[in-house]
Amino acid sequence: MMTTNGLSGNSGRRRRVLNRLMNVLIYVALVAAIIPLLAIVGEVVIQGLPQVNLGFLTGLPRPPTVPGGGIFNAIEGSAVMVGLAALIAVPLGVGAGIYFSEWPESRLSFISSFTNDVLAEFPTITLGIFVYLVVVLTTHTFSAVAGAIALSIVMIPIVARTTEESLKLVPHTLREASMALGVPRWKTVIRIVISTGKSGLATGILLSIARAAGETAPLVVTALWSVYPVTNLWGPTGSLPYLIFYYGLSPYQTWHGYAWGGAFLLVVFMLGLNLSVKLLIGRRFAGVRAEI
Amino acid sequence: MRLSSSRRIRRRGIGGDEVLKGLVAAAAISIVVLLIALAVELISGASLSITTFGLPFLYSTTWDPYHDVFGALPFIYGTLVTSALALLIGLPVSLGVAIFLSEKAKGHRLAGYVLGTLVELLAAVPSVIFGLWGLFVLSPNLKTYVEAPLHKYLGFLPIFSATPIGLDYFIAGIILAIMIIPTVSAVSRDVLNAVPNSQREAMYSLGATQWEVIRKSVLPYARSGIFGATILGLGRAVGETMAVTFVIGNSTAISSSLFAQGYTLSALIVNQVGESTSPLNASAIVEIALILFGLALAINILARLFVVRITRGARFRV
Repeated sequence: MMTTNGLSGNSGRRRRVLNRLMNVLIYVALVAAIIPLLAIVGEVVIQGLPQVNLGFLTGLPRPPTVPGGGIFNAIEGSAVMVGLAALIAVPLGVGAGIYFSEWPESRLSFISSFTNDVLAEFPTITLGIFVYLVVVLTTHTFSAVAGAIALSIVMIPIVARTTEESLKLVPHTLREASMALGVPRWKTVIRIVISTGKSGLATGILLSIARAAGETAPLVVTALWSVYPVTNLWGPTGSLPYLIFYYGLSPYQTWHGYAWGGAFLLVVFMLGLNLSVKLLIGRRFAGVRAEI
Repeated sequence: MRLSSSRRIRRRGIGGDEVLKGLVAAAAISIVVLLIALAVELISGASLSITTFGLPFLYSTTWDPYHDVFGALPFIYGTLVTSALALLIGLPVSLGVAIFLSEKAKGHRLAGYVLGTLVELLAAVPSVIFGLWGLFVLSPNLKTYVEAPLHKYLGFLPIFSATPIGLDYFIAGIILAIMIIPTVSAVSRDVLNAVPNSQREAMYSLGATQWEVIRKSVLPYARSGIFGATILGLGRAVGETMAVTFVIGNSTAISSSLFAQGYTLSALIVNQVGESTSPLNASAIVEIALILFGLALAINILARLFVVRITRGARFRV
């Protein structure tokens, strides 16, 4: 009698204790996942914020023994290359996204959409090597154009996927209503589907820009680095990620300052863009999804 | 009158339809062409190295630019060791996060949203900043508080045998573990959310605790999706470049110790492209990129086969 009671009581307690223990472990995992973000952002702010002033934003890098200077070349180079990359990636990505969403049954859609998924997860260094072989070796120079092409390959899959997803959220009844009024399909797609899904499109484009602005590996093998402002798109060009890589790995204290300052600007840009997209446009998305 | 005008609209409409479809189809085709061109270009760039060294390139340990002899094993080894370490540490944490978001945060939507967003934001931090932080903050701390004690008390084990200097497989593995958490936990969360509630309710009605419900009825149901998420995380870890380049130590020697300096496929490419001493050296670097390409392709296709079916299905069901 006693033993039976004891046994069942024990097993019940063991199950409860195990439940409690796993509960604790789940919270430990959650904390472990969040600490790195806080640690990284905290360190970047502590080390980087003091570096940033007007001279830092407008000056050029100096030799390690000369104090002062700035990273204007890197900011400008990043802006130029990401801008050029967007000019290539947005039309291609949006076009492919429209095709995936409006002609989903076709075989091309299946193949290209699958390829797009694979490309989105590809190591960006291999994309960089591809551009190195095709552009850098044939033009015999590292260049902003090569860097922009490499970044555009990073951006295309993101733009295509988000375009597809946001256009698929547009209710079919809208398309049918438009076609029923005799509006041709191309006009329906442009006037009705795209204009209804445009906030989703904007989200995708902004996210792809954020992603490209932080990409380093493709730029290391295509654009390389320059300490001068951009005067020639066909010459080596500086960028914020390369600045962090190059100056961060250098042995000089003053150069580490450039790297942390650049990291601060990059983190503010990326997190700002990501958060605002999530808060502003994400909510409208959530609404659309709930309606369906 | 009305008839003719409507016919005119219609005829023009057909033309416009074809133009639009042609344009967007061209964009879709360009994505396929891009991947094919990528493969072709890498293969032709690596052909000199492939014909010179043949299959032994994959298991030769020598990387010697002075004598023009190259082998990829140190880099394949480094990539596999750091990625395995990343999964070993990153997977349990990611599963914990996913279980929290899908099972525990249900009653607290705001808390779930905020915490989920924080984990997702980790994915937005550029890899080069992980590297900078890894080099200046993580590496000295891990060296002093984790590696040094392990080496001191467990140094007789081969994996802890090398004297830690703070640039090694172990630290690269930890950085990678942190970097794959957002991917693995987000996909796992979607997979867990796709488990039907009846699956949970049946178990609760039998008097099970929450952990028993998760362990015996939620996780088994989501098994293949979680496997897919893991493979996707592996893909991230294998291809990750900049963060690893900061902390891997750049040594072409192979060591059984996690505290020894090493190299990965991606780090070698970044460090040595454009610095090759001979055409054969350049071609060998491209072949390294080709190996990475092949690994990433295989891993990704495998992951898609497991994940896409499940999460896509879930999306449609909602």
